[in-house]
Amino acid sequence: MPQFPKGELAPADGLIPLRAAVSSIDKTFHAYVHVPYCKARCGYCDFNTYTSEEIGSSSQGTFAQTLLKEIEFSAGVLENSRIPSRKLSTVFFGGGTPTLLPAADLIAILDKLKATFGFEPELDITTEANPDSVDEEYLEQLKQAGFTRVSIGMQSAVPKVLAVLERTHNPENVSKAVSAARSVGLATSVDLIYGSPTETLDDWRQSLQAAIDLATDHISAYSLIVEEGTKLARQIKSGQLTEPDEDMHADMYELAEQMLSAAGFTNYEVSNWSKSVETRSAHNMAYWKSMDWWGYGPGAHSHVGGVRWWNVKNPAAYQDRINAAVSPALERELIDEENRNIERVMLETRIAEGIDLTWLKEKGFASNQAVSELIAEELVDAKEVFRGFITLTLKGRLLADLVVRKLIN
Amino acid sequence: MSPRANSKLEPSKTNPDFIRNFCIIAHIDHGKSTLADRMLQLTGVVDARSMRAQYLDRMDIERERGITIKSQAVRMPWEFENQVYALNMIDTPGHVDFTYEVSRSLAACEGAVLLVDAAQGIEAQTLANLYLAMENDLTIIPVLNKIDLPAAQPEKYAEELANLIGGNPEDCLRVSGKTGVGVDELLNKIIQTVPHPVGDPNAPARAMIFDSVYDSYRGVVTYVRMVDGSLSNREKITMMSTKAVHDLLEIGVSSPEPEQTKGLGVGEVGYLITGVKDVRQSKVGDTVTTALKSATQALKGYSEPKPMVYSGVYPIDGSDYPILREALDKLKLSDASLVYEPETSVALGFGFRCGFLGLLHLEIITERLEREFNLDLIATAPSVIYEVTLDDKKEVTVTNPSEYPTGKISKVLEPMVRATILSPKDYVGAIMELCQGRRGVMVDMQYFGTDRVQLRYDMPLAEIVFDFFDHLKSKTQGYASLDYEENGLAEGDLVKVDILLQGEQVDAFSAIVHKDKAYAYGVMMTTKLRELIPRQQFEVPIQAAIGARIIARESIRAMRKDVLAKCYGGDISRKRKLLEKQKEGKKRMKMVGRVEVPQEAFIAALTSDSEKKGKKKGD
Repeated sequence: MPQFPKGELAPADGLIPLRAAVSSIDKTFHAYVHVPYCKARCGYCDFNTYTSEEIGSSSQGTFAQTLLKEIEFSAGVLENSRIPSRKLSTVFFGGGTPTLLPAADLIAILDKLKATFGFEPELDITTEANPDSVDEEYLEQLKQAGFTRVSIGMQSAVPKVLAVLERTHNPENVSKAVSAARSVGLATSVDLIYGSPTETLDDWRQSLQAAIDLATDHISAYSLIVEEGTKLARQIKSGQLTEPDEDMHADMYELAEQMLSAAGFTNYEVSNWSKSVETRSAHNMAYWKSMDWWGYGPGAHSHVGGVRWWNVKNPAAYQDRINAAVSPALERELIDEENRNIERVMLETRIAEGIDLTWLKEKGFASNQAVSELIAEELVDAKEVFRGFITLTLKGRLLADLVVRKLIN
Repeated sequence: MSPRANSKLEPSKTNPDFIRNFCIIAHIDHGKSTLADRMLQLTGVVDARSMRAQYLDRMDIERERGITIKSQAVRMPWEFENQVYALNMIDTPGHVDFTYEVSRSLAACEGAVLLVDAAQGIEAQTLANLYLAMENDLTIIPVLNKIDLPAAQPEKYAEELANLIGGNPEDCLRVSGKTGVGVDELLNKIIQTVPHPVGDPNAPARAMIFDSVYDSYRGVVTYVRMVDGSLSNREKITMMSTKAVHDLLEIGVSSPEPEQTKGLGVGEVGYLITGVKDVRQSKVGDTVTTALKSATQALKGYSEPKPMVYSGVYPIDGSDYPILREALDKLKLSDASLVYEPETSVALGFGFRCGFLGLLHLEIITERLEREFNLDLIATAPSVIYEVTLDDKKEVTVTNPSEYPTGKISKVLEPMVRATILSPKDYVGAIMELCQGRRGVMVDMQYFGTDRVQLRYDMPLAEIVFDFFDHLKSKTQGYASLDYEENGLAEGDLVKVDILLQGEQVDAFSAIVHKDKAYAYGVMMTTKLRELIPRQQFEVPIQAAIGARIIARESIRAMRKDVLAKCYGGDISRKRKLLEKQKEGKKRMKMVGRVEVPQEAFIAALTSDSEKKGKKKGD
């Protein structure tokens, strides 16, 4: 499981200090719903997920009920913290596998969000889906309830790679799921993972081609991160599997850029490509623009008014807290201005529009020497710099963290 | 009747006929301290209750390493044939780095106990000190220790000792410091065979300083052996080398705790306290006389301590520099042979170039700095002193390779040593190969007994200072022992090899090496650095060069990927924390031109391979 960052203990009432709340004024508001269940745990996964074997199936049945209570609780917190009331701009169901829940559960949660906060027009409502767990009927229900988009965990088209990742889904179901989603009128996206042990550049080419052939609106491609504590990490440590080196990762990323752009996709964030500006993930853009969001469910992270907090991970502990009307937040961080600025550099550098150079300078970042080095090393686009923006080149995207370090140091 | 004396002879009034001054010559782990402890117990100067193991070795490092760095003297009463005697045991340092101190300790004695482990036989360092003892005309009492060990072979080694110093194998005493067997016989034998000291009680006072120890409470404690005349409390004394006059605040003997006395007479051994705070004012080998009625002729044998090996010592955290300076100033008070001056390095920042008597001395000093002053240090590869003559006849003394002159050089002299290696005969081939690889020229080869061989080589000191001993140990499974003595200067075909990162010279890695080894050094360092320096966003060439000529090159390929693929809700805090950590880490980065080099890479590159192996084992 991912290590939570170290924060201070979150208060039982969940209230957000006023001095932090002020920073919500010009931000849009978003909801993330974490559904912590999976049929089986994948070898690489370190997300906060539980299989029914691990916790029994009972909590899955009451999950939606508990979540509705957190929505009520959140409305109280926001009001009592005097944060201006805002309608939701996006909703995202992630996991785990949200689609393991009956469609009615997801819809009940969505309805509750709408009843509590109201929805902005043109709202983007996405759910992640396992290709094995959705069919046209299920997706049709979601569409009817207002969902606009489905993001399918494809990961790879190569059985050998799926086996290494311990993905259990049937690769053929991916195209069925995408077709079903399209036929009911949902926008589609697929997630891919590259750089798995044993995966070759040709394997990756095959997966990219398969994803392109699905004719989705959006593709995310993530290099595999071997997280501590996962089965995959143990297999690598024991020598059963070999981790591909960073040069291979770089080759794979460049191949993705080449094939996806040839197929009409545009990269708009380090790991994300879309067919148009409209088909970007509006919810993820909110993260990168440091907007406000409430993360519902066990282990979910929230960011409202300059405060980040994270809920207890264990679904039973989560449920206990909610039922006792105690904030499910375990710990929190109050982000001071300097760190807020650093986060902004860290996040906005990753998106295609880049980050405003004037703002960077105002905040004491982006020394002339650093910018000139970044241009010399072809990590940022020189023409954009002259227009007043730091935007990454392809080479710079692969070295984005280094660019951020140079900008802030 | 118990030989333990019921009374003691009064210091300052002891007839020299009843004084015996002796030392113990032994290899590091042959049990000298244990034997000394046993003597203290047997003569009753230390009771069993207050006995702590290795009483005489005061410093922690000494006790841990089982070696004696600073010598001390203990006066013990012992009765033999109804006469009470005063035995002065003078503890000597056991290591080659401290040859000068050893020679002064020996000069304070008339006899030496040659202590040899009955399971291991004599070692090279012991031979070296034995040689010094014989040169000082000391009476040698051969003793085999640890005869209680199952592996002891007293017959074999008694034979070996007899071959070496003459006499019969039967004359060799057999003792066990651990069980106490044979120790009283040894004390008797010392009285029987070691000559009593001889001096003129009416002549002006002359006392030789054989040790000088800094004590934070009492200032410098000076250990002396009275040769002629006498010294008494409250007198003014003169140090003959500097003519400095001091008040004698306290005079006494160690037994082994200090005992104040009225004075010291001919042949006696004791301590003086004058209130000085720096051991440099009380130099080993110097002659102490009275200010009022001064001697005109100093005792022979005094010489200034002379560093043989230099190394740059730097704090890993640059802000510790003032602490390092203070620490060196403090250590200097107790170690007259330590010299240092400030130095700066592009790679390592501010530090000191320190001169040491040898490698062990270097190790001890850096370890004491780290331990006693809580410093994290990095020491550059040890360097010897080169005398460089330029074409324009200008002469330069180089103690730091980065200061090697760049002009036309007509001649370079380097210090030579005569190395003595003692080993079981099976390893002779391996040792010869090693020594020849280090520019050694064999002087002779001699068999001791049936299976042990002594090899003597003339070789450059520079070839020994880096990792020679480690290699010797590993090639002989730890059996070989090494000793060396200075052996003048010799002209060498030497060059300076520089290491360049992206064209920038890294001073800490410059080395003066023999022409034939320049390439190997260049390849070794460039390869090492390629592995140690993390990839940068540009390619980094690493070159080894002699002047402008590149002799080896490697390159660190440009880093291509440094980005976290996912950056969503929970990743943001994690990633910011990581950024903060990286920012912290950057403080420990040194910039060489545009290349960021982690401090750890410098440390690892300056550490020899064998050391690294040792450290890994300890993990």
